Amino acid sequence: MSKAERLADLLRSNEAKLLPAWTGTVSAGLRGRLSPAECQRDLTGLFRVLVTALEAGSSDVGAEAFAETRALLEELTRVRAGQGFSPRETCLAVFALKDAVLDAAGDDVAVYQDFPALSRLVDDLGLLAFETFVAAREQIIIDQADQLLELSTPVVKLWDGVVAVPLVGTLDSARTQVVMEKLLQALVDTGSAHAIIDITGVPAVDTQVAQHLLKTVAAARLMGADCLISGIRPQIAQTIVGLGIEFGDIRTKATMADALLSTLRAVGVTVERAQPRGDR
Amino acid sequence: MQQIPVLRVGDALLVSIQIDLEDVTAVELQAALADRIVETGARGVLIDISALEIVDSFIGRMLASIAAVARVLDTETVVVGMRPAVAITMVELGLSLTGVRTALDVERGLALLRAAGAGA
Repeated sequence: MSKAERLADLLRSNEAKLLPAWTGTVSAGLRGRLSPAECQRDLTGLFRVLVTALEAGSSDVGAEAFAETRALLEELTRVRAGQGFSPRETCLAVFALKDAVLDAAGDDVAVYQDFPALSRLVDDLGLLAFETFVAAREQIIIDQADQLLELSTPVVKLWDGVVAVPLVGTLDSARTQVVMEKLLQALVDTGSAHAIIDITGVPAVDTQVAQHLLKTVAAARLMGADCLISGIRPQIAQTIVGLGIEFGDIRTKATMADALLSTLRAVGVTVERAQPRGDR
Repeated sequence: MQQIPVLRVGDALLVSIQIDLEDVTAVELQAALADRIVETGARGVLIDISALEIVDSFIGRMLASIAAVARVLDTETVVVGMRPAVAITMVELGLSLTGVRTALDVERGLALLRAAGAGA
């Protein structure tokens, strides 16, 4: 009988004791976030494919016989990662099998002879679970970054021939590229000759961010549109001067209102109050 | 080899680039345009590049140099209809066409020339 087959035999013959013990440890560690029934269903499925794989005669997790085990474990881990479980909670589900086997063994010395092999197998499965967990989390982060990119760059039409981009959040090369493309496309689509870039929502301006802004303005100019930068907060104005950033002949305004007023004048629209302020 | 037509519209010359510019064609255009400016005494030049999809550093530099030649001949140049992708490429190449006026389309370009007292 090979080592793998002995392990399969050990697991199979103790199934009645092992499964409840394993499920118990795991669901206790999850503190009720997953119902015991659900937990039992997942672990029983995993247990069955694991025994089947061992019966095929190999205890190497990378082997062909373990394909189903790996697939099931990866699926379970991905679901847990998506549900916001911690890595410890996710991997404990695998490692707890060792404790369950030790408890079930009791005084049976024959079990200890095979235990190192089982331990190694469980460790490999645990590592696989951890790798899958990290990969799943990274995928979530990438997806969220993409969603942020879509969310944060609207181009607003303020007036006939005037468009504005209210920038929110930190500017990096990727976002600037998206902003630039969207703004320039909006200029073409709406036939606007005036654009306002509002940076009220940009937390900090460093040389790199300034560089990105300058590029956007230069590109808009090349297309024949006049571009203003507004929403420069006092401390940002100080940072810009402190860093020695030259905005050149690009016009900047403190608030979007100032920028809009100035742009409307350029378009030829006069804005006045219906009643002089003093009459009220 | 293809030649870019130079049309006369009132006091201005209209150059409409409808094909992807090759280096030789651009050089020819600069020479032909200089000749036409002197010949017609035009006060303004409109270069319509709305059909131009690809710009490399050479073509970008040629646009600037055509404008510079026109300026020496006391003619205002307006580049109109640059596509967003082309504008981004030009900025990334570090070509900001300083001294060249730009407009969104031919109509606005003509209005710009007229306002500057140079157009049709």
